Amino acid sequence: MITRLKSCLGLLLLMLLWEIAPRVGLVRMDILPPLSRIFIAWLGLASSGELWTHGVISLFRAFSGAAIAIVVGTVLGVAMAASAPVRIFFRPLMEALYPIPKSALIPITALWLGLGNASQITLIALGCILPVAVGAYNGARGCERVLIWSGRALGAGKMRTLVDIVVPSALPELLSGIRTALALCLVLLVSSELIVSKNGLGYLIGFLGGSGIYDAMFAAVLTIAIFGLIVDRLFLRYIRWVLSWQ
Amino acid sequence: MVAPMEHAGPGRVETGSEDAQIVVSGVSHVYRPKHGRQVLALDDINLTVRRNEFVALLGPSGCGKSTLLYLTGGFLPVEQGTICVLGETVRKPGPDRGIVFQHFALFPWKTVRANVMYGLERKGVPRREAEVRAAEILVQVGLKGFEDSYPSQLSGGMRQRAAIARTLVLDPATLLMDEPFGALDAQTRNLMQIELLALWRRSPKAVVFVTHDVHEAVYLAERVVVMSARPGRIKAIVETGIDRSDPEFVKSRAFVEKVDEIWHLIHEEDGKAAP
Repeated sequence: MITRLKSCLGLLLLMLLWEIAPRVGLVRMDILPPLSRIFIAWLGLASSGELWTHGVISLFRAFSGAAIAIVVGTVLGVAMAASAPVRIFFRPLMEALYPIPKSALIPITALWLGLGNASQITLIALGCILPVAVGAYNGARGCERVLIWSGRALGAGKMRTLVDIVVPSALPELLSGIRTALALCLVLLVSSELIVSKNGLGYLIGFLGGSGIYDAMFAAVLTIAIFGLIVDRLFLRYIRWVLSWQ
Repeated sequence: MVAPMEHAGPGRVETGSEDAQIVVSGVSHVYRPKHGRQVLALDDINLTVRRNEFVALLGPSGCGKSTLLYLTGGFLPVEQGTICVLGETVRKPGPDRGIVFQHFALFPWKTVRANVMYGLERKGVPRREAEVRAAEILVQVGLKGFEDSYPSQLSGGMRQRAAIARTLVLDPATLLMDEPFGALDAQTRNLMQIELLALWRRSPKAVVFVTHDVHEAVYLAERVVVMSARPGRIKAIVETGIDRSDPEFVKSRAFVEKVDEIWHLIHEEDGKAAP
């Protein structure tokens, strides 16, 4: 309990400072509104329904993009580990794409697919496939051959062995790849909505900022930050639960 | 590559007879590491394992004894020669040939019970029946009460019991064992040897047991296949002819002499290999 309090202490002090600094004139109030004002603005956004309409759209995009990335990335990574031709084809491609900042794709997906859901979802999926595929690939490569052989000797065919044995033994690395992808997913979501979108939380932040309604803008930013934190914590718990056999 | 008849080695026994369970004929295997030179791991191996016979493959590391086991299991492709198990040419792994590895190779994300049930599930055994059979075999290997444990929670000996149960639950006609007790402490190893012999007597099957421990080979096997390294060849095949009805048979003169005899065979090899 005490250690819990201690770990929160820094955060509490920061919040206190945030509240006081603008009020005593340490920073300009229009640039950094006190926390209480931001909270009031948040209540306003929430009760007007704006937060939810934009939030649901963003959530849908993030979820769809991440889901596609997880499925495609896992299949791709495992296939690369299992099959030499697949590996020879995709590995150089992956290595070339890895260092590219995925946000650079924003104008391209917008050009191809317009300003709507399809463009954002594609962007998120494309950006998040890589960390998932790399995790799946490394994990699957690390699967011991005696485990695969055991599966085969117990009557599992080649495909069955991939699903039943290679994928579970790749889980530790696969899940940490997915965790990276989830964080990246929010980055791509917000930045693409900020730049090329007519709705979503990113758009809302841009719109409020552009209109000079800074306390509400801060409220929207904090909403996404806290959402990201919660997703990460929950996923971490999920990982611990799934890997409890370790 | 095919050796002339007079070099075929001492392994030529009643090839193709009805009594044969495993027939290895003219098998050579080249090991190709990603980096470094190719090694002739097995050179023209001929060996017949009789029906329900317990055979030990004995030799120094690098003699290809595990490779021969993996070829028989269908895990590595037989590139030269043929291996037949119960009249069928080996092309891929199958549940007719159970395998037990030195480091257990249990599925770490599955409980002991789920590990044992995996092969039954693949065979399409109904869940209820599979649970009953898994429970029975776990009692047999002394793991009652550990059904819901994960492998990481078990000792080495218990892990190997679980691995043996996972294989035996399918009642394979052939059991391949790759230094199965090599990672266990001496006491556990001895206990496992006793229990393996008891299991084999209760449910006869052909056992090919890879080991580098002479004592273990003579203790367990009806015949000991002594191999030499670089290239891997069969040096001699020794019938142990031990009467195991006496529980104290390890102290018998016949046992001690047999161990000695095989030690000499192996030491000859050392002398030759020394620079």
